[in-house]
Amino acid sequence: MFNIDLWREIFQNIAKNKLRTILSGFTIAFAILLFTLLSGIGKGLMNNFTEQFASDAYNSIYIWSGKTSKPYKGLQSGRDIQFKNDDFRFILDEFDEELEMVSPRIQRYNVKAVYKAESYRYTIRAVYPSYQVLESAKMEAGRFLNMLDLEERRKVVAIGRLVAQDLFGVRNAIGKSISLDDISYRVIGVFNDPGGDNDERFIYMPFSTAQRLYGNTDHLDEFGLTYDPGYSSSKALSFGTKILKKLKAKHKISPRDQSGIRMFNYAMRNEQVNGMMIGLNVIILFIGIGTLIAGVIGIGNIMVYIVKERSKEIGIRKALGATPRSIVGMIMQESIFVTALAGYFGLLMGMFVLELIGSNLNDYGIVDPSVGTSVIVGATIILVLAGTIAGYVPAKQAARIKPIEALNDD
Amino acid sequence: MIKIENLHKSYPIGKDSLHVLKGIDLHIKEGEFVSIMGSSGSGKSTLLNIVGLLDEHDEGDYFLNGKKIEKLDEKKAAVLRNKFLGFVFQSFNLIAYKNALENVALPLYYKGVGRKERQKIAMEYLDKVGLKDWATHLPNELSGGQKQRVAIARALVTKPKVVLADEPTGALDSTTSESVMELLKEINDEGMTVFVITHEEDIAAQTDRIVRLKDGIIMSDELVHKEKVKTL
Repeated sequence: MFNIDLWREIFQNIAKNKLRTILSGFTIAFAILLFTLLSGIGKGLMNNFTEQFASDAYNSIYIWSGKTSKPYKGLQSGRDIQFKNDDFRFILDEFDEELEMVSPRIQRYNVKAVYKAESYRYTIRAVYPSYQVLESAKMEAGRFLNMLDLEERRKVVAIGRLVAQDLFGVRNAIGKSISLDDISYRVIGVFNDPGGDNDERFIYMPFSTAQRLYGNTDHLDEFGLTYDPGYSSSKALSFGTKILKKLKAKHKISPRDQSGIRMFNYAMRNEQVNGMMIGLNVIILFIGIGTLIAGVIGIGNIMVYIVKERSKEIGIRKALGATPRSIVGMIMQESIFVTALAGYFGLLMGMFVLELIGSNLNDYGIVDPSVGTSVIVGATIILVLAGTIAGYVPAKQAARIKPIEALNDD
Repeated sequence: MIKIENLHKSYPIGKDSLHVLKGIDLHIKEGEFVSIMGSSGSGKSTLLNIVGLLDEHDEGDYFLNGKKIEKLDEKKAAVLRNKFLGFVFQSFNLIAYKNALENVALPLYYKGVGRKERQKIAMEYLDKVGLKDWATHLPNELSGGQKQRVAIARALVTKPKVVLADEPTGALDSTTSESVMELLKEINDEGMTVFVITHEEDIAAQTDRIVRLKDGIIMSDELVHKEKVKTL
């Protein structure tokens, strides 16, 4: 119900009592400003985490080999463990049900890549086509490796965005030939990777091609795999342990040997990060709500004082025929209006400050701090609630003022 | 217009209670100009508050405009005040941040009159009390007499049945007191019931009927013989 006369009264009250309005508005504006900054910075911290961890599939496990550190079943310690193709088949057979994908990997560092006059050194990875999922790589042009490439041991490569930039500049890389360690390969695709610059400086070639060209053995360096994405983190952790146990048994490594075969399970990190994110959210929520409550109490205090100051005026109004409801309505509407306006001002100030300093906070692990629509909607609701609460108690008090007492009180 | 029968009122003071009004019987007819006299503590302000629906009585009956006043909640009391009663106070009680016109128009706001209409009516009443040219002035720019005229205009603006004046000249010098009383007399001549509370003999003498109150009881209730007053 819009009542223009009531609004006129309220605007006159506000305009004629500027100091009082500014005092009460300042409290709430400051509270909202702090709240906005806090939630913006919290968002920034979270952005930082998400950015760092979005680079690879979250349900990944990497397994690689090393030297044993314990003697076991008559074998000495210090033995080199070398994965071979039959380990790949072993994993495929044993864990067919649980796996989403698995790919072996051979990695070669500092391989010289040449296209015409351009020459740079990159890390080369020889993998199966499904490896693309592990890296969360997206094709910018052309395609990634496919099974036919592997079966025919084709000399083809998919190159990272930055590799294409180094070697080809703005020219199209697809279909061109580049030489890696003096062997010529055809470029079939260019990919980008959310993992950042390092991940965009890789060159991928078919696993079988690399095995043939580098040593002509059935050796491999590493496995990358993903499990059923529906697994809980505890199930994912026990799944990782199970693989490790079976592989150790196959290679006759002591179950307590930590260095024969190593594993990195993302689930472990996810669990830590999730815990930290929840903790961070709780802290921010706690501080934010605390700040808001302080603001509401502050404005409530000021409203109590205002009602006291205005008790005579309210007494006069009542003597002239103001009903208790009209008094409550007037004071609450004024309070809600002032809190909402001041709060919105605080919100805008907060957003402005975040915009201003946001880009300078990268060094402190705060990436692109900002407030989302949900925060704005939430803050607006909180503001109106705050105004209502802050206005209600003193308004009730005002409605109870007996005109005689107020009028005799000179 | 106002009919009071065996009215009692006491206020609690700590564990005891102070019996202020001890059985008042009073009947004021429409168009009368009555003053209530009494020293402080006689109960005259309490009587005014009860008559003005600013306070409730404990015992007895109070009829305002033929309607029995009982179990009034605040809302009903507010509506009745707005409809039937106009107040004039000793300390004027104008709202400091509203100008004369806005102060006069305020009761009409609570009556639910539209803004344009409010201002038109308020201006008529300011004109009536001779302050048309002061409409846009704030109370602190007006003299005491002018403030009380604004307050009287405000009391009249809703066309009430009764104007209740609590020591209307208490804060004014004798000359301005005179002119304020003149104004009240004029209003009474137009048919308005006027009910004045005072402790000054010469103010009471200008009304038509004096009711003397002492220790919560009516001591005397007599009509004033104007000729006799003039010779004094």
